[in-house]
Amino acid sequence: MTATAHSHEHPIYGLMAELSSADALIAAAHKVHEAGYRKVDAYTPYPIEEVSHALGHHRSKLPIIVLIGGVCGMIGGYLLQYWVAVLEYPINIGGRPLHSWPAFIVPTFECTILGAALSAVLGMFALNGLPHPYHPVFNVPRFALASRDRYFLVIEASDPKFDHDATRRFLLDLNASEVTDVAN
Amino acid sequence: MATPDDGAALQSPEKPYKVPIVAPGHTTATVTDKISAVVQSRTPRWWFIGFGISFLLLMMFLNSVTWLLWKGVGIWGINQPVGWGFAIINFVWWIGIGHAGTLISAILLLLRQEWRTSINRFAEAMTLFAVSCAGLYPLLHLGRPWLFYWLMPYPNTMGMWPNFRSPLVWDVFAVSTYATVSLLFWYVGLVPDLATLRDRSRHRFWQVVYGFGAMGWRGSAKHWHNYETAYLLLAGLATPLVLSVHTVVSFDFAIGIIPGWHATIFPPYFVAGAIYAGFAMVLLLSIPLRVAFNLEDFITLRHLQNMGKVMLATGMIVFYGYMTEFFFAWYSGNHLEQFTSMNRILGPYKWHWFGLMFCNGVAPQILWMRRFRTSPFWLFVVSLIVSVGMWLERFVIVVTSLHRDFLPSSWGMYAGTKWDWMTFIGSMGLFLTLFFLFIRFLPLISIFEMRTIVPGTKGEPSRGSEMTEVPQ
Repeated sequence: MTATAHSHEHPIYGLMAELSSADALIAAAHKVHEAGYRKVDAYTPYPIEEVSHALGHHRSKLPIIVLIGGVCGMIGGYLLQYWVAVLEYPINIGGRPLHSWPAFIVPTFECTILGAALSAVLGMFALNGLPHPYHPVFNVPRFALASRDRYFLVIEASDPKFDHDATRRFLLDLNASEVTDVAN
Repeated sequence: MATPDDGAALQSPEKPYKVPIVAPGHTTATVTDKISAVVQSRTPRWWFIGFGISFLLLMMFLNSVTWLLWKGVGIWGINQPVGWGFAIINFVWWIGIGHAGTLISAILLLLRQEWRTSINRFAEAMTLFAVSCAGLYPLLHLGRPWLFYWLMPYPNTMGMWPNFRSPLVWDVFAVSTYATVSLLFWYVGLVPDLATLRDRSRHRFWQVVYGFGAMGWRGSAKHWHNYETAYLLLAGLATPLVLSVHTVVSFDFAIGIIPGWHATIFPPYFVAGAIYAGFAMVLLLSIPLRVAFNLEDFITLRHLQNMGKVMLATGMIVFYGYMTEFFFAWYSGNHLEQFTSMNRILGPYKWHWFGLMFCNGVAPQILWMRRFRTSPFWLFVVSLIVSVGMWLERFVIVVTSLHRDFLPSSWGMYAGTKWDWMTFIGSMGLFLTLFFLFIRFLPLISIFEMRTIVPGTKGEPSRGSEMTEVPQ
């Protein structure tokens, strides 16, 4: 799904519909999904869960990534302390046990949180494909309002059901105030 | 929903419980415009004055740190028997202040306290800057701060490793994790707002600068989906973390066998004290900010009153902690514990102790009265007193426990030198300089989260648009 392959196949990236309210966007998203479009994305100024549901997005893979990150942090943190205190640098102080696990709990806990938090943030950016400085939707001047108070719905040209004129008419029927071609 | 009544109530200190968390009449567009205007309009004159003073204080800090590096910790008042002094007092004071930011951004998010939305961004920034100030102190106290990296476990030619059984090493892990996670949380929250600033900037330079920070954020539904999950998970992770950090800080004392430190009450009462001090600082920052930037619509009397209530509650917990310490000193039957406790009240540092009792125990009690709790002026005054009180608390804990050692022949007195004071006041300069830069270049209220709480938007159910009345 490289950008170059994209631009060779299709003269435009897709069609962008502008909607003036969140309710209109949610309704439109439902209809677009029902009509069978799958390469669809919505752009909103703040998170709206229903849009994601309407477009049929799957559950986020993030929780499992965070779990793995946290478990790795936990095991890594504990093993580090075990290795240091028991194997690499054992110090016998009055015959006290080298594997003094209660003392290792605090750094283990902190490493767990660190591993989980790092994987939450890096995982979120990775799943979202960020950083991604250039994207065709930025070619539409009014798209700057997506970060203010406007709601946009884009059907990509690579969608099998995409037909420039038919899709355009379909979008106009969804209360879109404007439908624009998105240049590649 | 907004009623005409709400507008009047906003102005009326008599009925602050009727004040909505966002003034009526705001939409997603107006909150965006109003908050970004703070960043994108001309720099007000007071900003230069405030920044200038802060920067001078920062220079004083650099000056005293330079002299410290040149001469060593002998320029400070520390000696036997009080080896911890200002550096540790200030470390605990600053890191405690930081805790309110994480509490607001993480714990109140999980508890679905919508009012947190207006204050979480700058409270998180406060956390970050307070932790930066805090983190410097133990390093400067090391004696040879340039070898600070010896604290971290890394393979080295000396063949040495940190002692993981020491609370001081736990502290390294706790504070560095806390700083990292706070930074991540703050940055993740900023990304959509940086995209807003990028889209609004007219000058190419700012488009590029904010664009870098926004990393190409475009508000896609797929992105928001992962984003909300990440945000919630980070809140869930930051919650136990913030409670652990001050717990570990209290272990620095409680694990030691010094009378006056060796107490199991320390972790919970340190955490409560941290939140107490932190909310005082959030109030000290938000009361001038809302006036200076004309943000009374977003930081309403309701926010101030809620913060006052949190302060009152945590203040009572802290006071209970003080009383418990005395009770257990008596109940333990240990004469050294009993001596240390009586020495706090009657010894040479008794005025510090009485000051602490007044600042943390007595003064905040006026917040029981709605008239004071809803007055920005009185909240500001109480917050100042509490900040002083929390500093005195750490002074009393650190100094009075150490200055009369087990043997009277090793007793001594402690006082900060001018370098101690310059470093302390200078670190406020570091904090304020960073804060002034923050309010000038980044949105001090989370724009995208504010959009979810204005009427007529489809946020998550938990962040709906109702402006409920608080039952009294």
